[in-house]
Amino acid sequence: MSQTNPQPPVDYELQGDQMPDLHDESRRLMTICNACRYCEGFCGVFPAMMRQKTFTDQDLDYLANLCHGCNGCYYACQYAPPHEFAVNIPQTFARLRADTYRRYTWPSCLSGLFQKNGTLVSVLLALGIGLLLVLVNLFNPPEVVHGEHAGNFYAVIPHNVMAWSFGGVFMYAVGVLLFGFWRFRRDTAPGKPETPLSVAGATHDAMVMKYMGGGGVGGKMDGCNYPDESFSQIRRVFHQLTFWGFLLCFAATSVATIYHYVFGWEAPYDYNSLPVLLGTVGGIGLLIGPVGLIYLKHVADPNTQVGAQRGMDTGFLALLFLVSLTGLALLAWRETGYMGTLLAIHLGTVLALFLTLPYGKFVHAIYRYAALLRNRREQKS
Amino acid sequence: MAAAITARERGVKVLVLEAAPKDFRGGNTRHVRNIRYAHPAATDFVTGAYPVDEYYDDLLRVTQGNTDKELSRFLIEKSEDSADWMQAHGVKFQPPLSGTIGLDRTNAFFKGGGKQLLNAYYTVADDLGIDCRYEAEVVDMKIEDGVFTAARVKYQGAEHIVEARAIVIAAGGFQADTEWLKEGWGEAAEGFLIRGTGYNKGRMLRVLMDHGAQTAADADQCHAIAIDARSPKCDGGIATRVDCVIYSIMVNRQAQRFYDEGEDIWPKRYAIWGRLLAKQEDQIAYGIVDAKVNDLFMPSMYPPLKSDTIRGLAEQLELDPEALEKTVADYNAACRQGDNKDKEFTPGVLDGLSTEGLEPAKTNWAQPIDTPPYYGYPLKTGITFTYLGVKVDKEARVQFEGQGGRSVPAANIFAAGEVMSGNILGQGYAGGVGMAIGNVFGRVAGEGAARHVSN
Repeated sequence: MSQTNPQPPVDYELQGDQMPDLHDESRRLMTICNACRYCEGFCGVFPAMMRQKTFTDQDLDYLANLCHGCNGCYYACQYAPPHEFAVNIPQTFARLRADTYRRYTWPSCLSGLFQKNGTLVSVLLALGIGLLLVLVNLFNPPEVVHGEHAGNFYAVIPHNVMAWSFGGVFMYAVGVLLFGFWRFRRDTAPGKPETPLSVAGATHDAMVMKYMGGGGVGGKMDGCNYPDESFSQIRRVFHQLTFWGFLLCFAATSVATIYHYVFGWEAPYDYNSLPVLLGTVGGIGLLIGPVGLIYLKHVADPNTQVGAQRGMDTGFLALLFLVSLTGLALLAWRETGYMGTLLAIHLGTVLALFLTLPYGKFVHAIYRYAALLRNRREQKS
Repeated sequence: MAAAITARERGVKVLVLEAAPKDFRGGNTRHVRNIRYAHPAATDFVTGAYPVDEYYDDLLRVTQGNTDKELSRFLIEKSEDSADWMQAHGVKFQPPLSGTIGLDRTNAFFKGGGKQLLNAYYTVADDLGIDCRYEAEVVDMKIEDGVFTAARVKYQGAEHIVEARAIVIAAGGFQADTEWLKEGWGEAAEGFLIRGTGYNKGRMLRVLMDHGAQTAADADQCHAIAIDARSPKCDGGIATRVDCVIYSIMVNRQAQRFYDEGEDIWPKRYAIWGRLLAKQEDQIAYGIVDAKVNDLFMPSMYPPLKSDTIRGLAEQLELDPEALEKTVADYNAACRQGDNKDKEFTPGVLDGLSTEGLEPAKTNWAQPIDTPPYYGYPLKTGITFTYLGVKVDKEARVQFEGQGGRSVPAANIFAAGEVMSGNILGQGYAGGVGMAIGNVFGRVAGEGAARHVSN
């Protein structure tokens, strides 16, 4: 009688390039989970799994991106290591998620950037700030760089230069991200058109971070088992602060762009103007959220984490924090002689953020959204 | 753990001695899915009322009256606040979802299963200051005239004597002790797989019996189901279960059928196939299905063996190919005869589609096995837990043999869970009863022990 091995092909502690095929391991786990199904009450992954009997590599990519690493299934698992079945969904899916980030990036020769993400972020940060400082000082005499300009950034860097250079980098990042989203969606949900309901549903799920709430009975939300075994909403709180902080800052920039081009209202804007208010509130979110998430990740149970991915996970968060910190500092001291230098530093961090956007943890948002879309489409209402 | 928490909440000092390592703590509760408890109305996690009387009738039916009726009634009445008690101690339930086993009215499902419940209990225990020691195996107890004075404990490579004023035994059945199983099952026990923890060897039960404790249920009574023959010897849990039986023909090592596979809907027959397999050679049988029905039941953890011919499948299953071909041909010839010609094959309900003139008959879902590929699921007896246990009263006190066979309750020895399940389960089973026994008698035992110690 042929025996199909339920045991993991290799030690589950192995990492990086020593890994067994991630799809094979994920398939092994999903086959065990689909015969058990105890975890159907935790998140979207298990009900989605129960809708099928077999799993293609693309199905597994989809399920891995539907998983948000709440660890509920890990702590509740009767088969978690050291059990011989060695079922560890959060860790395995975290690896597979990172693998999808690498496979769906463009150009593919840059996929290695995900593995050295901590280094990438650090180097680009240094280069970005350095470059901006050099340029600002090269094109301006010292009295302009260190002069007081009543908060007028364009006295140091002309508006057109700033808009075209940063706009260009940003558009490149968006293009790479959209291309990844399109390819991922094409592979994991071929030929399935979205419906208004699937888009509205998935957008709702993303906005409120439905699954991070953890589900529960009677409309209550139990929360995630993060950073440890106890149930908690803390990760959702920090993630919401980060997410909405990011969106508000983005909104601030968009409003300012409209002011500039549509109404001809040029910066600097008052402290009580819409762009500054949005940016300030968002910026505060981006100070608290990323610090909280980095802290949680730091104290989280290593059995549920992938050590090798720490650089990618924290690099992006650290960058968000620095962008926000320098941005708020710039706002606070924009009427002093420090403005020019602070502007260069802030824009350096923004440059690093934009450049690493498609090659770091940020990409989880697009693949997760694609997964939420398929999840909503397949759900019976 | 219910006993430990209850006792500690009444102010007494509690020490928990767990034979297993921390990762495998809590016995079979780690593998549990739900609890069957009486409730007067629907809640957030059950879809409707399950009155005491209905529960009682169900229990009488599944055990065929082979139960301590007074104690059963007591269990069911006390189970009414089990779910509340669990929630109050951190346990999370899930809303009634897929209803895969049709228990969403009668049973409350733990979110993620029994391990989540255990984690909650141990967290509460820790907060309450209960001392829990793992890999601490009680090997003997000092009992004189039904009074416990001390336990002998193996812990960290040394033997210790632990004195206490009361003890609650919640150490499980003896299903992981093959030699003991042989007392009820003979050599067939060698072929059994143990679905749950490998730490339930019945040591405490044996010590109590040696000291004259009275017992309930017979040594061969247990919960046993058909599980994949490729499962590990111990601890395979729920995922090794295979649900192919009702849509299959089941053949033994001789490639012969031996029982009506289509007798009733699967949840009602789930628990008889363990015993049926136990009576076959090597305690193994093979479910044979074709491509028409292979997607009609829950996917299995181990992939079925597969072939485009019955002969090829027989070779993979190491069965006599001629014999299997003949069995399938005979079965196919008996399908769709007479009245059954025009009946519709209908999964999920008793469709009455029966064989004609075949022995044994298949009385539902009998349609020819004729659409390749063919699939074979090797199945063995998987024992969940044994019923033979110590006799207890409504205070969960262990009953000792007095003069003239009279029952004399022990002053300070209490029992809860599998180790006394035989009082309720003389035979048969209904899903989630085991958890009710554990929770109700655990709380009663903890209360009794605390009362004894406080006086």
